[in-house]
Amino acid sequence: MNETKYMNPYLAGFFLGLLLLITIFITGRGLGASGAVKSGVIATVTSVAPAHTQDSKFYSEYMKEHDDNPLKNWLVFEVLGVIFGAFISGLVSNRLNFTLEKIPTVTTKTRVITALIGGALFGLGSQLGRGCTSGSALSGMAVLSAGGLITMFAIFGGAYAFAWFFRKLWLEGGK
Amino acid sequence: MGPLVPDFIGNELNFVVAILIGIGFGFILEQAGFSTSKKLVGLFYGYDFTVLRVFFTAGITAMIGVVALGHFGMLDLSLIYVNPTFLWSAIVGGLIMGLGFVIGGFCPGTSVCAAAIGKIDAMIFVLGGFIGVFIFAEGYPMFEELYKAENLGFITIYDLTGTSQGLFAFGMTTMAVGAFWFTTWVEKKVNKKENPELQPKKIYLGLGLTLFVLGFFTLFMPERRTELLADASVAATSVETNTMSVDELAFRLLDKDKKLQIIDLRTAKEFDKFSLPGATNMTFDELFGKDAHKVLALKHKKTLFIANSEADERKAAFIASELGYNNFSILEGGLATFKKEILEYKSDKEPTTRQEKDTHIFRVRAAKELPALIAAAKKSAAPKKKSTRVIGGC
Repeated sequence: MNETKYMNPYLAGFFLGLLLLITIFITGRGLGASGAVKSGVIATVTSVAPAHTQDSKFYSEYMKEHDDNPLKNWLVFEVLGVIFGAFISGLVSNRLNFTLEKIPTVTTKTRVITALIGGALFGLGSQLGRGCTSGSALSGMAVLSAGGLITMFAIFGGAYAFAWFFRKLWLEGGK
Repeated sequence: MGPLVPDFIGNELNFVVAILIGIGFGFILEQAGFSTSKKLVGLFYGYDFTVLRVFFTAGITAMIGVVALGHFGMLDLSLIYVNPTFLWSAIVGGLIMGLGFVIGGFCPGTSVCAAAIGKIDAMIFVLGGFIGVFIFAEGYPMFEELYKAENLGFITIYDLTGTSQGLFAFGMTTMAVGAFWFTTWVEKKVNKKENPELQPKKIYLGLGLTLFVLGFFTLFMPERRTELLADASVAATSVETNTMSVDELAFRLLDKDKKLQIIDLRTAKEFDKFSLPGATNMTFDELFGKDAHKVLALKHKKTLFIANSEADERKAAFIASELGYNNFSILEGGLATFKKEILEYKSDKEPTTRQEKDTHIFRVRAAKELPALIAAAKKSAAPKKKSTRVIGGC
């Protein structure tokens, strides 16, 4: 079976906007993603090296805010939902399969390394930006937060500024 | 009135809500095509602007919704989470994320979606995300200065730039529509053909137009709060409202009437210096909020507005009645009269009629007993818990 076409982007955007609005109306906060990664890191480090987390300011500040249980966090539950929701969507649209996606001119090794580095940069940047594309840029835009909008312009502006240097990763022939 | 957390939906149930919202979030992102890095980075090379279209349509829909809900008093905007602004950290963090975007091909939310449908590159990206956060956590002492520099607080862009909320929302909408038009043109040039996903054109044109019109209207809808506050000063003198005499208030206070709720509209400083037993201090602005709603919506209670002058009380009465509350009264003559006639009561002439005599006896008693009651209440008063902003963010 062929995979189904993607949704009209404006329609998808409209639905996403409505979902964000409902989220704000019910919970008073927006959507997010990187916060769950942060909780995951803190939970892991805490269970592996509990003594270390007590000495370090970053961990102890976080633990104080979260009743000593980093996984009891709204975003952790939300991201669990995201995994489930995306899986259902992939299932109904016939898009479930294990692949390493890349253009033919890029080697598997390169793609693995760039994905890892890209992820690490995003993880680091999202801490400084106090949220990623979802938590800071999108949700920040909805409530017209100054910081959210600044981060949004910095993310997209930065990506455009750096895009030329990494064109060989995405464009065949590296034009 | 929203937000529904934590009063209507408890913190535990909120986790269930989180899962449901997450499912919707993941489903929409995947349906929009955010589960493939090729589509995501297309934006930066001009061959696919899906991300921009979805992102801005979503942002604007939600933004207009928030402005409108706030406007109609259905959402207390002072309680929702506004991402704090730390200027340098926001810019540097954003640039690093931009770099990560063109190298890795995902952002955190989309990488989770892509990983969920089996993209191995996305799973590696998620792993990279963990490493990135770990680096930040371990290197925190190094980043801390930048992280906390130039803290502007929970500031909105219209506060920062001094424009109105509606004007800004309208500007953003116009900008987005312009970007939609421009990027469709670029996309066609780069790909040398029409984007099949944008068919049929009429649907998205209609959708765009609807949003544009809505955005346009937010500009001309003056915010209800500003409008009412301005009207209140003018209309206040002619407001018809229930009043309570100073003697009745004194009697209810002495009686420790459980039905009486006092909303004190003076400044916090004046309130701290002197306040009546059980009174809650609120500003005129706060009358629009959720805390005021919790007090004023109670039908079996008797709410009394007090302020230094009766004119100020009438202002509050006007706002409250415009907001749809009807179960309140104001204090005759304001707190100034109450102080003069009750607390510092001095009879200037001999009471002659029976009624004057009764009043005299009551006021002498009240002047004697009330100060002690007020002092005792002041001492034992627990600090009132105000609703605070929801803590959100990543």
